[in-house]
Amino acid sequence: MAWSVNNVWLIPALPLAVSFVILSLANSRRKSAAALAVIGQIAALTLSIFAFATTLQTPGYRAFRNFTWFTFGDSALRIGWVLDPLAAAMLVMIALVGLCIFVFSIGYMAGDKDFTRFFAYLSFFSAAMLGVVIANSLLLLFVCWELVGLASYLLIGFWIHKPSAAAAAKKAFITTRIGDMGFFLGMIWLYGNSGTLLFYDDGRGCLESAGLVMLGSSATFIALLIFCGAVGKSGQFPLHVWLPDAMEGPTPVSALIHAATMVAAGVFLVARVYPLFAFGAVDGVTPSLTVVVSIGVITALMASLIALAQFDIKRILAYSTVSQLGLMMVSLGVGGVAAGIMHLIAHGFFKALLFLGAGSVIHGVHHQQDIRKMGGLRFLMPVTFLTYAVGMMNLSGVPFFFSGGWTKEEILHATMRWHASHLPHYLMLAGVVLTTLYMTRQMIFIFFNNRRAVSDLAHESPRVMTLPLIALAICSIVLGAVLTPAWPWLHSYLTGETARFDATLFIQPVLFVSLVLVGAGIALGAWIYRNAGMEDRHRPAETDPLEHAQPALFRFLEHKMWLDELYERTVLASSRAAARFSDWMDRHVWDGFVRAFGGLGQLFGIFTTNLDERGINAGVDETTSGARGLGRVMSGWHSGQIQTYLGAVAVGMLALLIIYAWLA
Amino acid sequence: MTPTLQLFLIVSAALFCIGLLAALSRRHAIFILIGIEMMLAAANLNFITFWRFGPQPQPPTGVMVAIFSIAIAAAEAAVGLALVIAVYRHYRTTNVDQLNQLKG
Repeated sequence: MAWSVNNVWLIPALPLAVSFVILSLANSRRKSAAALAVIGQIAALTLSIFAFATTLQTPGYRAFRNFTWFTFGDSALRIGWVLDPLAAAMLVMIALVGLCIFVFSIGYMAGDKDFTRFFAYLSFFSAAMLGVVIANSLLLLFVCWELVGLASYLLIGFWIHKPSAAAAAKKAFITTRIGDMGFFLGMIWLYGNSGTLLFYDDGRGCLESAGLVMLGSSATFIALLIFCGAVGKSGQFPLHVWLPDAMEGPTPVSALIHAATMVAAGVFLVARVYPLFAFGAVDGVTPSLTVVVSIGVITALMASLIALAQFDIKRILAYSTVSQLGLMMVSLGVGGVAAGIMHLIAHGFFKALLFLGAGSVIHGVHHQQDIRKMGGLRFLMPVTFLTYAVGMMNLSGVPFFFSGGWTKEEILHATMRWHASHLPHYLMLAGVVLTTLYMTRQMIFIFFNNRRAVSDLAHESPRVMTLPLIALAICSIVLGAVLTPAWPWLHSYLTGETARFDATLFIQPVLFVSLVLVGAGIALGAWIYRNAGMEDRHRPAETDPLEHAQPALFRFLEHKMWLDELYERTVLASSRAAARFSDWMDRHVWDGFVRAFGGLGQLFGIFTTNLDERGINAGVDETTSGARGLGRVMSGWHSGQIQTYLGAVAVGMLALLIIYAWLA
Repeated sequence: MTPTLQLFLIVSAALFCIGLLAALSRRHAIFILIGIEMMLAAANLNFITFWRFGPQPQPPTGVMVAIFSIAIAAAEAAVGLALVIAVYRHYRTTNVDQLNQLKG
């Protein structure tokens, strides 16, 4: 199947070409724009499936094509693409989830005047992410990574007339840039030490044993610097602040960012350069991996707590994404790379489902996003309700039927086996309860209890929006079939082993633990929020029961632990102070220098002017007037009297003769 | 009085001076031409004189040069006279004092 390996580059190239074609279309060509985008995505999906099929041939299949990009001096910069189980699984997930989101957008964005621009950006986003996945060079990955950032900037700020959207776009771009700075430094360091940025290059790549040995102890620092990029992109603490604000974009964009593209890139990056992290591991523990685990744990718990106190339907999902990404990082950190990627893929499906479901709800209730104003939507929007419930079960990790449950369990398994500490394991168990709790809260607020302010307006979304929901719901359930511990096909596929069916492994102790925890979470949620939205003597309908019970704590969480304000007071304030200082320096110090130099120049100018006027000019004037006077005299001699001339010649001759005679 | 080299040279110099005087002092263009012809004749006389009083026998080089010179003088006189006529037609005069268009 060399054909499909040679043409892997087409997978990102097609959507990219499509996006440029759409950009050149007139604004009114809505149908062709949507059709082109969907066709481009279908083409990418088809090629991805071919590529995926190629990797099924042998366990641990890996093929790459490298070529020279350009040469400088005697060293050549080489890039290329790689096809291995990690890339292939991500390709199929991104293309498939992307396709569902594209189709959904046709309905969701139907009324928008920049419909064509939207699809151009979506295709571009998808292309950039597919490029990240197939890159076989850290440089190519970085280029695509930045393109992903650019696309997210364009799409989060898609409604440019909204100041909040513009601000969110900037925030996303700048915050991720901070992480990318680290990534870039790590990349340069890596190049300096190993001399190559290729991942796989017949044993000479930087992820292969020879390359790793050249790195030695610097591998830890390089890995941590690269991890900075992943922290920014995947919304890990402390750079997660952009992700909830990114909700300002249209909902399909949120779905794309949170499920298939942007945030997945960070987790994927860590998985891709995992050998760097794991180099020199003792019992699967390295300093860099411990950092990854710590950041992941902090992120997961913090985000779940914050999600508990949000009222914006999309913000809750945003924080759930942050916490799930934390979970994936923990999984990668404790050595469960396959588990982390499996969760990433499953998460891609069910988080796209949840976001599109949220989009459907928002569309149905006329762009209201406050869950306190919704309620009782389950009969009004049945398809949305059912699919949303599937997504919620996946996210909560309900075992047996949902892919999210299996992958979460796999992660819990991985954390349990970590040698360094069991703390992450227990904290993740707490995270499971919290996740279930806030998802139950959201379900109850939106779909159960009494109808509220906007519920009467609600209507089910058109089929073009519900069909992707159903497709994603089915995918997220069916995917579970290859994730079970009894037949861990995807796990073995990613690790390069052969899967065997063993029914005895079906029942695992951790399964019961998580079943109990999820059950506890749902029961707790149902009990706490049983009266949510119902007015009683003590509080109005729009108050959260937790807010009623613990106002201070709730306010702390509602304001995202005051992290934005903290950054405002510290990072931004110091940056502003630095800006003011530079401004002052510029105006007073550097300006003074410049002025002094200018004065010197002026003095020199005056000197040369005088020299010119008085010295050189006067000399030239004198010469010319002399020449003119001489000319006047000479022209007087030219009387035109030829006899005078002849006489002069005769006199001259005579003089010459006399001189000659005298000298002779 | 035997004809000597000095005698011929004196005659030739006198002829030259007379020609020069005519060319310098006469106002009529044709007289100036005549003066120039006289100076040429003085030069020719010198050629022949030096040939005649040089070592003998020798080829008649001086005579040949003089004959060439006379031929050229004839051509020159023709051109000069044509010029004089052209000038007269243009200015209605042959007085060289009035022909001062070459003045600087």
